Amino acid sequence: MTVAADPSPRFAEFAHPERLVSTDWLQSHLGEPGLVVVESDEDVLLYEVGHIPGAVKIDWHTDLNDPVVRDYISGEQFAALASSKGISRDSTVVIYGDKNNWWAAYALWVFTLFGHSDVRLLDGGRDAWIAEGRAITTDESEVAAASYPVVERDDSAIRAFKEDVLDHLGSPLIDVRSPEEYTGQRTTAPAYPEEGALRAGHIPTAQNVPWARAAAADGRFRGIDELNEIYREGAGLVDGDEIIAYCRIGERSSHTWFVLTHLLGFDSVRNYDGSWTEWGSAVRVPIATGDAPGAAPGR
Amino acid sequence: MDATELPDSLAEIRDDFLDLEVKERLQLLLEFSNELPELPERYRDHPDLFERVEECQSPIFIVVEVDADQAVHLFATAPAEAPTTRGFASILVQGIDGLTASQVLELADDYPSMLGLTAAVSPLRIRGMTAMLARIKRQVRERAA
Repeated sequence: MTVAADPSPRFAEFAHPERLVSTDWLQSHLGEPGLVVVESDEDVLLYEVGHIPGAVKIDWHTDLNDPVVRDYISGEQFAALASSKGISRDSTVVIYGDKNNWWAAYALWVFTLFGHSDVRLLDGGRDAWIAEGRAITTDESEVAAASYPVVERDDSAIRAFKEDVLDHLGSPLIDVRSPEEYTGQRTTAPAYPEEGALRAGHIPTAQNVPWARAAAADGRFRGIDELNEIYREGAGLVDGDEIIAYCRIGERSSHTWFVLTHLLGFDSVRNYDGSWTEWGSAVRVPIATGDAPGAAPGR
Repeated sequence: MDATELPDSLAEIRDDFLDLEVKERLQLLLEFSNELPELPERYRDHPDLFERVEECQSPIFIVVEVDADQAVHLFATAPAEAPTTRGFASILVQGIDGLTASQVLELADDYPSMLGLTAAVSPLRIRGMTAMLARIKRQVRERAA
């Protein structure tokens, strides 16, 4: 780890406190060698409107997804992207973004697929930084190109595919979408574009825990007691569980993956990024509608 | 409809985008975003008069007027935190305002994909602008009837 972790007592209660930094911490470490700050937003132009001084931009869609195959970029493409942003293999990468770090968590998850070891989130994201009146700028960040090695992406530990989910039915499955999407009233998040699923509903046995419940009103993560109440008491997760989370295209569930893995300390959590846009259109996979999780189909 | 049949205003905007490198097109979109006009007084305190475009990732509200000469006037508002959506709306406001109702109804539905922005902002985001144009045409149809 290149840059020392944020020692804030607020984070100490989490399983992996080194995965979060506060706005105070970031302010005092800006410009420190070894630290690269990355903004990752839903809106592709938001970075250009104003960003944390020195931060670079990585867009979830145009940078992290392969333009042709529905998959993430390759090891070569990731090496080129990281190098162009001044990120080395041993850089401390702090990611922040709009909407409760929704897309920032997605970028962090993709960095983790490539085994980047020191990648953290700014607690509260872009909104918290701006709400506290901290500096933002439209000046172009000076980037000293780095040399990131080509690392093969490892999908085995934290990514689930449709076949994995079929095999998993009966084990904990968390659907992090809105209740309307879960019950089958609609296939898209309220006020979001249609991303094309032919059926509405959820994967049988999945519990509905909308992702944003993990965030407090100020966009920061809730404390450990509240998170335990939501995920352990509410959703019945227990240590040792193997868990798969999904949403619509895998972005909101990256946020939940972060919470379960780094804040609550579950050590076997996978994100099913094919999510509902794949499952809801796939031929002959079982689905359930309504409020109840539904039973795992006999095999 | 053949793209060459676009009204001058929209054809000019399209050509301005296509003349640029992909990366610079984002910068032009940002300029459009900054140019989205303030709402006229009569709409400022009446959010109820606006229609929300549900398909857009960020909240955008639009209202269409068709005046006695059948000229279309378009007003839109979206938050500063949604510059891409503001940019899309601004292109449509600048390109459509002043056209006749029948000109608007004849516009190619896929005008947004003619701007060369799909690679820069992703097909998913362009779909939001396509939905916006469809809403505008529907409102024009209702108001011109």
